Amino acid sequence: MTADPAIAVRGLKKTYGKVEAVKGVDFEVRPGEVFGFLGPNGAGKTTTISMLCTLVNPTGGSATVAGHDVVKERDEVRRNIGLVFQDPTLDGYLSAEQNLRFHAELYGVPKRVVGDRIRQVMEMVALWDRKDAKVMTFSGGMKRRLEIARGLLHSPRVLFLDEPTVGLDPQTRSAIWGYINQLRLTEDITIFMTTHYMDEAEYCERIAIIDHGEIVVIDSPEALKASVGKDRVQIQTADDTEAIKALRERFGLDAAVHEGAVTFAVASGEEFVPRLFAELGMPIRSVSVSRPSLDDVFMSYTGSTIRDAESGDGNMAWMRAMARR
Amino acid sequence: MATEAISVRVPGRSAGHDLRAVKVVLHREMLRFVNDRTRMLSMLMQPVLWLFVMGTGLGSLVQGSIPGVDYRTFMYPGMISMTVIMTGMFSAGSIVWDREFGFLREMLVAPVSRGAIVIGKCLGGAIVATGQGVVILAMAGLVGVPYSPTLFATLLAEMFLAAFTITAFGVMLAARMKNMQTFFGLMQMAIMPMMFLSGAMFPLANLPSWLHVLTVVNPMTYAVDPMREAVFSHLNVPAAVNAVLNPGVRWFDFQVPVALELGIVAALGAALLAVGVAEFKRAE
Repeated sequence: MTADPAIAVRGLKKTYGKVEAVKGVDFEVRPGEVFGFLGPNGAGKTTTISMLCTLVNPTGGSATVAGHDVVKERDEVRRNIGLVFQDPTLDGYLSAEQNLRFHAELYGVPKRVVGDRIRQVMEMVALWDRKDAKVMTFSGGMKRRLEIARGLLHSPRVLFLDEPTVGLDPQTRSAIWGYINQLRLTEDITIFMTTHYMDEAEYCERIAIIDHGEIVVIDSPEALKASVGKDRVQIQTADDTEAIKALRERFGLDAAVHEGAVTFAVASGEEFVPRLFAELGMPIRSVSVSRPSLDDVFMSYTGSTIRDAESGDGNMAWMRAMARR
Repeated sequence: MATEAISVRVPGRSAGHDLRAVKVVLHREMLRFVNDRTRMLSMLMQPVLWLFVMGTGLGSLVQGSIPGVDYRTFMYPGMISMTVIMTGMFSAGSIVWDREFGFLREMLVAPVSRGAIVIGKCLGGAIVATGQGVVILAMAGLVGVPYSPTLFATLLAEMFLAAFTITAFGVMLAARMKNMQTFFGLMQMAIMPMMFLSGAMFPLANLPSWLHVLTVVNPMTYAVDPMREAVFSHLNVPAAVNAVLNPGVRWFDFQVPVALELGIVAALGAALLAVGVAEFKRAE
């Protein structure tokens, strides 16, 4: 596909009074891409997504979504996007199907396909058998699934997901990711999402790290991790002191014992392992190679972990303890 | 998921599309109402209490001064408008509820005109309120009002008009409200005086001039009076009593005709609707 970008943003800015929520961001999202906005709460993710969805007027800059200007062609943009908000926007007193029917009518989905399409999107999120139940009886995860189905009902070209899995249990989170991945196969759609979960950003083809209203870096998770540098290798041996000595003598590596294993960093761990076995000169009981995580990436670009950034300067230790549980 | 994705092409904006939006917003309003039995009952409770408890009590007191007419018969049109107005206001209040629970956002990001949403809401409120009024209409026999088809048709039309205007008023209030408590506080504050000054509870004849002025500027007076006019035209009431109970509205020496009264209500409804739409446009 050599089509125009699904989303193109130039110097987009939003100020509330004196507070600069978004300080002039530039990026493009390719058609068919899953693009993630990663950043701590209050970094400007929701403000950016709201501007792209025509809910908030930008203070400066410009943006087009599906080829339409978000300020001048608001209706055109709205017709081409699906939205799943952070907070539920369903009518709990209506049944699941009634909620979708309402949406179909409001978006002018052609009458003869409404019924089939509703069934299709509800089956996709495995809610068809609950179609007649009132939405207020749904769990948080079911509501989110229904909202995703609703966001897709009018076959949008771009689907916006604002923190789609926040507040859900791990099982539901992975189910929702299952649906999102499946979506890319069945629908011709671009997905723009925000998240502050590092592990979820991994699912995106490209991510933009946003902090204090500015984009710090944009790249694929792989490239970002590579840019941080080295892999971590841990080995188990019979004699750790001997192993550390051997590593220094033969490979010139600084190793130390961490978490009960000899640990060191190399540029490309997987390629290094065969050499390690061949040349270390002593038996190795086990080996593990770990890539730098997005946490490391976030840390190296913003100077803090995402959890620290969210907790501010205060009770950092407490937050970390909470995060570890 | 072996099935082929059903392709949906969302058409550009058209009058037909806006009409569908009006219809579905209206439809939801009705579904919500039908599903909420307690609301239906509570909306009926107040006028029934006024009509049969207050009406009977006060009626025995004033019996001598209005020979030949049951005081409850006098109150009847007032109670119809009261029911309609309360229900309409409640429907409008659901906008605040929708905002609190996020559903308003679903409507506001849709590619339809704000006007379609607001009109749908007002029509929905008006229909629900008229439906509620029908229950009071059914009680006509209990207070000595004849079951006449022309009377009922007139009342239904007048009820609908009053309900639409009051819902538009409520929507205008609700456009900026962030929570239900504020809305209902304001609603009570607006409704009670309008109710008392409309001639729903007591006749507007021979009032002290300050009170007369207040009743004349009260828009609700023009919604209640046509209904009373309709009811009394189907009763056999001595002229003297009719002059007391059904004096109509006077601007100085000008007796305001029913058609003009209805015109005032309709014009007011249209104006309030326009303000409501403008507010929703601005709120973006």
